[in-house]
Amino acid sequence: MSEYRQPWWHRWTGLLGEPRRRWRAMDARERFQAGIVLRVLLLGALIYIAWPLALLVAVIFGVQYGLPYVPPRFAFVRRGAIPTIILIVAVTYPFYNGSLTDMRLFGAFPDVGTAVIMGVYVIMAIGLNIVVGYAGLLDLGYVAFYAMGAYTCAWFASVQFAHRHIHFGAVGVGSNTPGIHISVWALLLVAAIFTAIIGIVIGLPTLRLRGDYLAIVTLGFGEILPQVANNGDSLGGFNLTNGPNGITPIDSPGFGGLNYLTGSGSFFTSARLFFWTVLVLVAITIFCSLRLRDSRLGRAWIAIREDETAAAAMGVPLMRTKTWAYATGAFFGGIAGAYFAAFKSSTFPSDFSFNISAFILSMVILGGMGNVWGVIFGASFLAYLNQEGLANIGHSLNQTFGTHLEVPLYQFGIYGAIIVLVMLIRPEGLIPSARRQAEFHEGVHDTPLYDTQQ
Amino acid sequence: MTDGGGNGNLLDAEQVRKEFGGLVATDDVDFTIPRGAVVSLIGPNGAGKTTFFNMLTGVYKPTAGRIVFDGEDVTGMPPHSITERGIGRTFQNIRLFQNMTALENVLVGMHSRLKGGILSSIVRTPRIRREEGGARDKGRELLNFCGLKNKGEETSRNLSYGDQRRLEVARALATQPKLLLLDEPTAGMNPQETADFTAFVERLRTEQGLTVLMIEHDMRVVMNISDRVTVLDYGEKIAEGTPEEVQRDSRVIEAYLGKQALEAQQ
Repeated sequence: MSEYRQPWWHRWTGLLGEPRRRWRAMDARERFQAGIVLRVLLLGALIYIAWPLALLVAVIFGVQYGLPYVPPRFAFVRRGAIPTIILIVAVTYPFYNGSLTDMRLFGAFPDVGTAVIMGVYVIMAIGLNIVVGYAGLLDLGYVAFYAMGAYTCAWFASVQFAHRHIHFGAVGVGSNTPGIHISVWALLLVAAIFTAIIGIVIGLPTLRLRGDYLAIVTLGFGEILPQVANNGDSLGGFNLTNGPNGITPIDSPGFGGLNYLTGSGSFFTSARLFFWTVLVLVAITIFCSLRLRDSRLGRAWIAIREDETAAAAMGVPLMRTKTWAYATGAFFGGIAGAYFAAFKSSTFPSDFSFNISAFILSMVILGGMGNVWGVIFGASFLAYLNQEGLANIGHSLNQTFGTHLEVPLYQFGIYGAIIVLVMLIRPEGLIPSARRQAEFHEGVHDTPLYDTQQ
Repeated sequence: MTDGGGNGNLLDAEQVRKEFGGLVATDDVDFTIPRGAVVSLIGPNGAGKTTFFNMLTGVYKPTAGRIVFDGEDVTGMPPHSITERGIGRTFQNIRLFQNMTALENVLVGMHSRLKGGILSSIVRTPRIRREEGGARDKGRELLNFCGLKNKGEETSRNLSYGDQRRLEVARALATQPKLLLLDEPTAGMNPQETADFTAFVERLRTEQGLTVLMIEHDMRVVMNISDRVTVLDYGEKIAEGTPEEVQRDSRVIEAYLGKQALEAQQ
């Protein structure tokens, strides 16, 4: 076994996710060398750009270092302290985000509406991470599931099917409004399950393929579904998707009438309610993803990623296990799509281009395939840049240098550059899982399992 | 009795043939493994031994012929179904899940013996907790049995070569096989390790009641522990019998040492 030799620059980039085991094995001097420069630079930059964020990071690191000194009988403190801090900071965000000092270069902290969209992307990225990061199946058509979720929500909570008149639990919809109006809460689950079923239907014929072939077929499905949505205004005379005009308006979840009860400008504004709900959805997604990773199924996914032939020989049914990964990924894509449709109160075919698939994949790659926390970071950061960050950066640049750049126009060039940089400097992503990092440097077996000539 | 075949054989391969394009890798081989026996499959390089192995485990589908395992026709079944029915295997070039720990490797081996589904795994029901806990205990026991005590938490690619070979066997045993297939298990081992391994296979048979089929090049190992030896050459079975019989067989001597050696002996 040849020990992986670090490129020289890893000494300085060590902070960005040195595997914990290797970090533990280092002595103090090595640790000092490994990334101390970058650590100081990054922290300095963070303090300069956004001191409140730096404060949060400092608090979390401080608690992290202090936790081993907590007496063992308060074990629950050790386990729960950091999640509790993050939870409190997140839940109270709508109350203080307006009063935070503006970030340098990036401008104001994201508003609550942007935070909702970031949450939606986090859910999707975690879902895609199950397919790509855990099971190692390259899926370039993930947007198809997002679209399925959004349209499912749209069909059953709008006036799209006006000749029907079905009402079930929808809040704030007049009882004589035509169309199907089912509670969006129920639809989240319905959309997720329906999308998972679509995932199975798409997966069964395609998951026999490996690597590049699978990527191409999923790319195809990712293109087909938006086309169907685009041309679905007269499928044999039936208006399924309302074509390029999309379906709008979609009912609001209603939040048990809370936001109607108190009106806007009060405690329960619509954006806040959407934000807290997406936090709950994100928490559920993280929970499921972590539990699955440590289960019998999760082990089988990782085994398939590492060596398909050996996994099959150990009794892992390849097709079924891969299909489960695909269906689980689709499930979360469906929830995200349905929730996003309800949040925007609309869905259009143009929302579901290939760009979105590539964008979500970039989030997974940037953060670190296989690691939920890395993926969350990647997804929030890129979604933020897309929503507000780039525009704000452009604004500050133009103010400072007196230029007239439209930075958001270059968005895909910028994301491309970010991904190329990550691939050059840290191909395993910013916060990789230890396993994935090893794979990137040592490779895995990859030879076809089944007989190709029958 | 699970012996549906009515004879004492755990595995019957009848007229098994595999062609790769025009190349005949195994040519109508008849092959049986008696229950509880240690059978060796030998032959020069390229004789079709590993191809034959791969057909038994479902990696390849035979072009023609029939494989009956434990009274059930398993010809052309996918690998995981065959593993589920009780054939466990190791690989000629070690194929561990390199970035998983030793214990996790063994747990993957138990996949078909565990039941945890997707929902119960998320909720982590009491049944799943028990099952996972039990599986971990059993995995550690297996590691101990294979001489990997206290190495359960090590990433498998950091294990020494000998330990990796042992882990491959442990992982195969975790599938709870009736028939264990070992593909060149002593390749790269020194004489001491080889002797230890031979004793280990003997223990497998006596303590666990396993039937073993192995491909092996080390003739001392083959002659020491095999009940029966089958010799393949160019995809054809050229000899079969007890080690002594095979050693005296003229076609075997020819295949291994060439015609001149055979003439010199006569």
